[in-house]
Amino acid sequence: MIPEIGHYALVLALGLAMIQAVVPLWGARLRDDTLMGTAGPTAFAQLAFAAIAFAALTACYVYSDFSVANVFENSHSAKPLIYKITGVWGNHEGSMLLWVLILALFGALVAYFGDNLPATLKANVLAVQSWIAAAFYIFILGTSNPFLRLAEAPFEGRDLNPILQDIGLAIHPPMLYLGYVGFSISFSFAIAALIEGRIDAAWARWVRPWTLAAWMCLTAGISMGSYWAYYELGWGGWWFWDPVENASLMPWIAGTALLHSAVVMEKRNALKIWTILLAILAFSLSLIGTFLVRSGVLTSVHTFATDPTRGVFILAILTFFIGGGLALYAWRAPVLKQGGLFAPLSREGALVLNNLFLTTACATVFIGTLYPLALEALTGDKISVGAPFFNLTFGPLMVPLLLAVPFGPLLAWKRGDLLGVAQRLTAAWMCGLITVAVTFAITRGGPILAPFAIGLAVYVMVGALTDIFERAGLLRVPFPTAIRRAGGLPRSAWGTAFAHFGLGATLLGIVCESNWNTERIVTLKPNETVSLRSYELTFDGMTTRQGPNYRELTAKFTVRSGGTVVDVMEPSKRNFASRGTSTTEAALLTRGFSQIYLSLGDPAADGALAIRLYHKPLVLLIWLGTVLMVFGGALSLSDRRLRVGAPKPAKKSALQPAE
Amino acid sequence: MKRLRSLVMVLLLLGMAPAFAVQPDEILADPALEARARNLSRELRCMVCQNQSIDDSDAPLARDLRLLVRDRLLAGDSDDKVLDFLTQRYGAFVLLNPPFNWSTALLWLAPLAVLVAGGAVLLFTLRRRRFVSADPTPLTPDEQRQLNDLAGR
Repeated sequence: MIPEIGHYALVLALGLAMIQAVVPLWGARLRDDTLMGTAGPTAFAQLAFAAIAFAALTACYVYSDFSVANVFENSHSAKPLIYKITGVWGNHEGSMLLWVLILALFGALVAYFGDNLPATLKANVLAVQSWIAAAFYIFILGTSNPFLRLAEAPFEGRDLNPILQDIGLAIHPPMLYLGYVGFSISFSFAIAALIEGRIDAAWARWVRPWTLAAWMCLTAGISMGSYWAYYELGWGGWWFWDPVENASLMPWIAGTALLHSAVVMEKRNALKIWTILLAILAFSLSLIGTFLVRSGVLTSVHTFATDPTRGVFILAILTFFIGGGLALYAWRAPVLKQGGLFAPLSREGALVLNNLFLTTACATVFIGTLYPLALEALTGDKISVGAPFFNLTFGPLMVPLLLAVPFGPLLAWKRGDLLGVAQRLTAAWMCGLITVAVTFAITRGGPILAPFAIGLAVYVMVGALTDIFERAGLLRVPFPTAIRRAGGLPRSAWGTAFAHFGLGATLLGIVCESNWNTERIVTLKPNETVSLRSYELTFDGMTTRQGPNYRELTAKFTVRSGGTVVDVMEPSKRNFASRGTSTTEAALLTRGFSQIYLSLGDPAADGALAIRLYHKPLVLLIWLGTVLMVFGGALSLSDRRLRVGAPKPAKKSALQPAE
Repeated sequence: MKRLRSLVMVLLLLGMAPAFAVQPDEILADPALEARARNLSRELRCMVCQNQSIDDSDAPLARDLRLLVRDRLLAGDSDDKVLDFLTQRYGAFVLLNPPFNWSTALLWLAPLAVLVAGGAVLLFTLRRRRFVSADPTPLTPDEQRQLNDLAGR
């Protein structure tokens, strides 16, 4: 009964989406308040029914209802409850259901918070949002229905792929989807602006915070996925330039560009047309990402050809929204008025430069990811485009961008003074140069480029703080005054500083990890010792243990530094009988920002054990940097100018919860 | 002997759960040669995996390729010769870093092309807009009259 309720709710959500896709749009054309007013209630109702559908599928998973094909294929009665729940989106059908749930959630949020929007804009935005929703409901119901029943219910399920039974992967997809789908708001706003043929102040005020929120979720999602790969896959890699990763990186880069151009638009009313285009592109790339991951086209063009229903359907959605969006843009964008003027050397100019490099970087990833597919489809030649290509092309593109990052917030709007800013950044580039020299001195004979990259990272980090230090008057006024002034700075200034500092920190982590990573691959017998940097690890022995749905082989290692015991590391291998597969659970020992990484190979008959052991210097900075970026985004989101908002009618605000 | 041992290992691996990438017994005694082998492995694709280098992959085929690379290095081949040898055997698909040729020219030149084209559009737009801002269209007498009316003059 429960799956049928879910299925029915999904059909009702589709019906509501279709109403919401047409009626408000029509109302906006006729300026009819009643017709436009349907947008809000239908958005709420759509969310309710999407939530019922999702809850129904979750219930099927929790009760292990194996008569539902999707549950049978991806669950197991012995699986821990948390992974039964997260297993809902650990498969194609369920994850698409999560996708539309989040889409409906965002639509409802716009309806809820959108009281201060012009009525026609709100109606148009919600209608466009619903076109996307309707397309995906049809996709789910037509090609990926999670509620299909099996004629005869099996006794036991096939279990979820063990490497997905992990808390990191439980949170990663929802975060990623919040980001992907969050960009649909910017997209809907862009399309609505193009339909109306004008962009006003409300537009800019609205698009930036929503983009920022989506960007924060996407940043966190990508970062979490990367950390998951790092500890779960067993060889300590954290980024592989895999097409699936690229699929999430592309919208992130476009979103970052959008975030920066939206600032210009909000503050200076310039770059309007470009911002609209970026908003369309960011969501288009999210859709392309969904297509790449969900259609199977990545494995090979041929897998795609053997079961093309889903792929062709997403491709049609893709063509409609991207093609339609861009066509509408080409047709209507010239109607929009260009805004404020600025000199090339100004904060606007710096943000345009940021956009130029980010867009190029995004295009590079795009071409690198899709080129092999296109070449194979066109000529039949099979080539690979892997990490070496991206490192060679993406890396150099980032250097000028990173050099420019500290300049941005220090340049004045409209007309800036480049030399003056360079002077104010003295501390930053001095710190950078000293770091280069010191790193060279310490790592004599090591990699040549790495010290420069470290210097660049330090320059970005110090440069990010320069704005705050200067505006607080640190070293110029008494310390307590400086602290008070710093506290009084707009939160968006703090947000920028944190996010840019985080960028530098991530770079520092990446450079250190990839250049000074120490690796040991050895076979050890019990009581033998292996040394790594200043640490000594002794293999104490192995034990086996029975987990809820796996058997675990755990090895115990004592870590000593200079003779004293530091800690114990217990890496393990888990064997999942239901799928006949096993996972490696690496042991991580954190020392400062560095980590010792230990994962197990196979035990030999004589009790010896193969291990991979790494010392990864400053590796944690890679993810801590992204945490700072997200935190910076949150600070900026809580800025006064966004919290206060446009004036509202008094009687309405009394009904709303305090913000 | 080494061949035989590796064959036994492969057979063992096939029957067992996936092991991890580089095995202790693969590592060459000469650290310089081993470092070269590792660098080469990172540039070579495991043909049965999705976008993994043979250095990262735990597939038996990747292990065969790793051993092959090491055999070639021991035989005294240069890095390029090893890559050539593998390309001849498995095609350009095995190279994660696609070589520059006619079919990949677009791929390699695209980033630069996008950057240059974007920069050119930017320069053009900025220049055109500066002209506009430096020399605004003067008001028509009609507009001037409207402005005077509005200003109450």
